[in-house]
Amino acid sequence: MGLTVVGTEPAAADLSQCVHCGLCLQNCPTYLLTGYEAESPRGRIHLIQALTEGRVEPNDAYRTHIEQCLVCRNCESVCPSGVHFGRIMEAGRAQLYERASLPLGQRVFRRLAFRELLPHRARLRLMFGALRLYQRLGLQRLVRATGLLPKGHAEAESLLPPLPPPFEPRWEVFPAEGETRYRVGMFTGCVMPLVYGPVHAATLRVLRHNGCEVHVPRQQVCCGALNVHGGEQVAARELARQNVRAFLGRGLDAIVVNSAGCGATMKEYGQLLDDSGAAEFARLTRDVTEFLAGIELQPFTRTVRRTVTLQESCHLVHAQRIKDAPRALLGALPGVDLRDMAHPDLCCGSAGLYMLTEREMSTRILDEKMVDITSTGAGTIVTANPGCMMQLQRGVRRAGLHSDVKHVVELVDEAYGG
Amino acid sequence: MTLAETLRAALGPASLYSGVEDVIMYEYDYGLDRGMPDLVALPRSTAEVQAIVRAAQAAGVPIVARGAGTGISGGAVPAQGGLVISMARFNQVLEIDEANRCAVVQPGVVNLDLSKLAEPYGLFFAPDPSSQKASTIGGNVANNAGGPHCLSLGVTVNHILGVQIVLHDGSGVRLGGKSPDGPGLDLTGLIVGSEGTLGVVTEVTVRLLPLPEAVRTTLAVFTSVEDASEAVSNLIGRGLVPAALEMMDRLALSAIEAAFHAGYPPEAGAVLLVEVDGLLEQVEAQASVVDEVCRSAGALEIRLAATPEARAKLWAARKGAASAMGRIAPNYYLHDAVVPRTKLPQILAHVVEIGQRYDLPIANLFHAGDGNLHPMILFDAREPGILVRVMAAGNEILNRCIDAGGTITGEHGVGLEKINFMPLIFSAADLEVMGRVRSAVEPSGRFNPGKVLPSLASGHGLPQRGAMPALVPEGLWV
Repeated sequence: MGLTVVGTEPAAADLSQCVHCGLCLQNCPTYLLTGYEAESPRGRIHLIQALTEGRVEPNDAYRTHIEQCLVCRNCESVCPSGVHFGRIMEAGRAQLYERASLPLGQRVFRRLAFRELLPHRARLRLMFGALRLYQRLGLQRLVRATGLLPKGHAEAESLLPPLPPPFEPRWEVFPAEGETRYRVGMFTGCVMPLVYGPVHAATLRVLRHNGCEVHVPRQQVCCGALNVHGGEQVAARELARQNVRAFLGRGLDAIVVNSAGCGATMKEYGQLLDDSGAAEFARLTRDVTEFLAGIELQPFTRTVRRTVTLQESCHLVHAQRIKDAPRALLGALPGVDLRDMAHPDLCCGSAGLYMLTEREMSTRILDEKMVDITSTGAGTIVTANPGCMMQLQRGVRRAGLHSDVKHVVELVDEAYGG
Repeated sequence: MTLAETLRAALGPASLYSGVEDVIMYEYDYGLDRGMPDLVALPRSTAEVQAIVRAAQAAGVPIVARGAGTGISGGAVPAQGGLVISMARFNQVLEIDEANRCAVVQPGVVNLDLSKLAEPYGLFFAPDPSSQKASTIGGNVANNAGGPHCLSLGVTVNHILGVQIVLHDGSGVRLGGKSPDGPGLDLTGLIVGSEGTLGVVTEVTVRLLPLPEAVRTTLAVFTSVEDASEAVSNLIGRGLVPAALEMMDRLALSAIEAAFHAGYPPEAGAVLLVEVDGLLEQVEAQASVVDEVCRSAGALEIRLAATPEARAKLWAARKGAASAMGRIAPNYYLHDAVVPRTKLPQILAHVVEIGQRYDLPIANLFHAGDGNLHPMILFDAREPGILVRVMAAGNEILNRCIDAGGTITGEHGVGLEKINFMPLIFSAADLEVMGRVRSAVEPSGRFNPGKVLPSLASGHGLPQRGAMPALVPEGLWV
C-alpha cells in the first residue's frame, strides 16, 4: 500500500483502522433509509480507500456517495475499533474537491458559502437583515402563497424560520450577577446571532445568573465547522486562528458555546492548527450544557410546564460524546415532563449545509424523525444546535404540528424566569 | 437489452447499480476474501427477486445473495463476479404470533431488531451471533449462525420453522411452516446453512422462545487460560449447562477494554463470562455452583453483574470484541475452529506455540462451552510477505484442531475462506454426495458459485491435507 500522509489525503492509518465488520450499518441514517452499502460508513471508507489506490474515479457517482454522508458521526460512537470517521470524511472530501472538477453551480455555491459569506459577519448581517425585512413586510407569506419560486428555491426558502431580533451585545464584558465564580468566554458564531438571537440572550442570562463574568469578544468569527465538513480546511484554519486570538489572553476558565456543531470543531482546533494556542482554546471549550451540568446551579425559581422530547444533536452526542448533560439539566427543571423518542441519537437530517445541498435525502430523514417525535406527544422539541433547530422547525411545519422547538438552555432560562 | 438495462427497467434506477463506484463496496464482507460484482440489485419483493433470477439465468451470470455483509468467510462475496442481490430492503417483520411462539419475517430483518420487537411479548429469537446488531436473519439462515447462547439453545437450524425460497428457475416455493417437525425430508433444514447455493430465501418463519424468568451473569478472572479451561471442564463435569460460557485471553481483553471500558480486568490472563438462566430458584443454585467451581479452579476474582445494565455492558463488550481488534492491529484473520471442549487447553498451547514460531500475535476468544475457538491472528497487511505467514499459521492451527478430533468451522460458514479445508474433514465420497444433493436442488450451478463444496468450485481441485487456502493478493486492503 505504502500510502504517505500528504496534504489533504486521508491518513493510511485512519483508513486501515476500519475492519469492515459492519457494526456501524444500523447506526447510519442514510444506510437505514436506503439499505445501500454505498451509503454506509463502511462503504464510504472503502470508496475513499479505493480512490487513494486509484481503483475508482472521483466521478458523479463517487461524489454522490461521499456528499450524501451527513457526517453525523453516529458510526464513530458505536465503532468498536474507534475509527475516526469524521476525520476520514473531512480529508476524503478535501481530496475529492482537489481532484474532481465540480459542476459550475456547486463551485459557485461553495465559493459563496465558504469564502464570501460565512467568514464575513457584516455581509451575513446585511443578508439576514434583508431576509428579516422580507418576512416582516409579509413578502414571505405572499411568495409562499403564490408559489412564485421555482421548486428548488422554494424548498430552500422553506428552511427559513421566522427571524427573531438578532443578538447584538452592547459590551464585550458582562459582569456576573452576585459573586463572580467563573470568567467565561461566550462563542457566538456566524449565523446563530442572526437566526437564533434569543438562544444567545438566554445563554448570557443563565451564565451571568450563575456567577459567570461573560466575555463576548468582538473579534471572534465563524468557527469554520462548515468549511471543515465541506473539505475546505485552508479557509477554516484562518478562521480558527482569528478565534484563538480573540479569546486567549483573557484569563478565561472556559469558552462556552451553545452550538454543538461549532463546539465539536472548536474542540478539534488543536488538530486543525497544531499549535499550543489552538490546543489551549480547544481545552477550554465547553458546550453550554456540559458547562452548566458541571457547576453548582442557582436554585430554579419558575415551573416550566412543558412536555419535552430531546433530539440529541449529533455533534453533541457523537462528536463530543456528551449524552448525559442535557438530560441532567432538563431532568432538574421543575415541571418538565421529559419523554424519550425512539432513536434520539439518530440524525434529523440537518447536518449543516446538507439540508440545502442534499435536500431530498435530508427531507426523507426528517420525515422519519418527525414520526418518532410525534409519537411521544411532546409539545416541545429541544435540541442543542442551531442547524437541528432549523431543520426541526421545518419538520414541525411539514408535519402540520404546533410544537415549539427550543434549545436546552432556553428552558433552563425559563426556569429562572427569563 | 443488456442484463443491466433489463433489470434497471424492471426495478428502477435506485435499485440496480453497475458502475464500479456504485458496486465496489459489495466486493467485501467482514472477512479477507474479495470479489468484484458486475451488478448489484436491491429488490423489495419476492416477485422482484423472481424477475431478477430469471433475467440473470437467461444472461448466464452468477447470482450471489447478500444480507448485511457481516459474515467472515466470504459467503456474500461474488467470487466469480456476476450479480449480487442485496436483501437489505426486505426488512419487515410480517407477523409476531405470540400464541404459537413464532414470527414471520423478511430475510433482511436485523437479528437484534427481531428480539427487541418480540420482547414485549416475553419472547426472543435465540441465535445471537456477535454480529446481531447488524447481521440479518437471512444471513443467519444461510450460515446456520451460532452465538454465545447457542450452547444451551442450539444454533439457527433449531430455530427455523420454514422458509420461502426462489429457486434456480425463478419459481418460488414454501418449505415448512408454523407447525414444527413436518413429515418427509427436512428440506428447511437443508436450506439452513446452504450459504446461498440453493436459492434466494425471501421469507423466514422463526421459532421464538420465552424470555427466561431469571438470569445471572458471572465474570470470573483467572491468571491463566489453563486455569480458566479447568473451570470450564469442571462446570460441564458437574452437569451444568450454562446459557453461555465464554472465554477471552489477555490480548483480546486489552482491545476490549480500550473499546468498551466494561470493567474487564486488563491484567488478567483470562476471563470467563458465565451466564445461567431459567427459573429463579434454579438460577440461584446454579450461580453458586459457578462461583464455587471458579474459585476452586483458582479464580482471582468473581463478579456477579448486579443490574441488567451491568450485564448488558459485559455482553456488549464481548460481542464487540472481534470488531475492537482494529485498536491493536490494522488487520487480523479470525478463525472459527471447533474441538471437543476437553481438548481446549491442549489446543491453546498449540496456538501459543504456533504464534511464537511464526512471530505473530494471536488473540483468543472462545465459546468455551462448546469448544468453539476464535483465534485472531493480528498483522499489518502493509508488511511485505506477511500474508503468507498469516495463512500458514492459520493453516497449522486448523490442522491441529482436526487432529484433536475437531472441525474447521463452528458457526461462520465455509464460504470461500474454508473451501480448501473441506477435504480435510470430508472424504471425496462425502463431498460427492453433497454435490449431488446441491445439483438436484440447483442444477444451474450459478447460485453462489465457488463456495462451500470444492468439487463444484471452478479452479478448485481436491487439495491435499495441509494445503493452503487461497491467498489474498498482496497489497489488498484487508
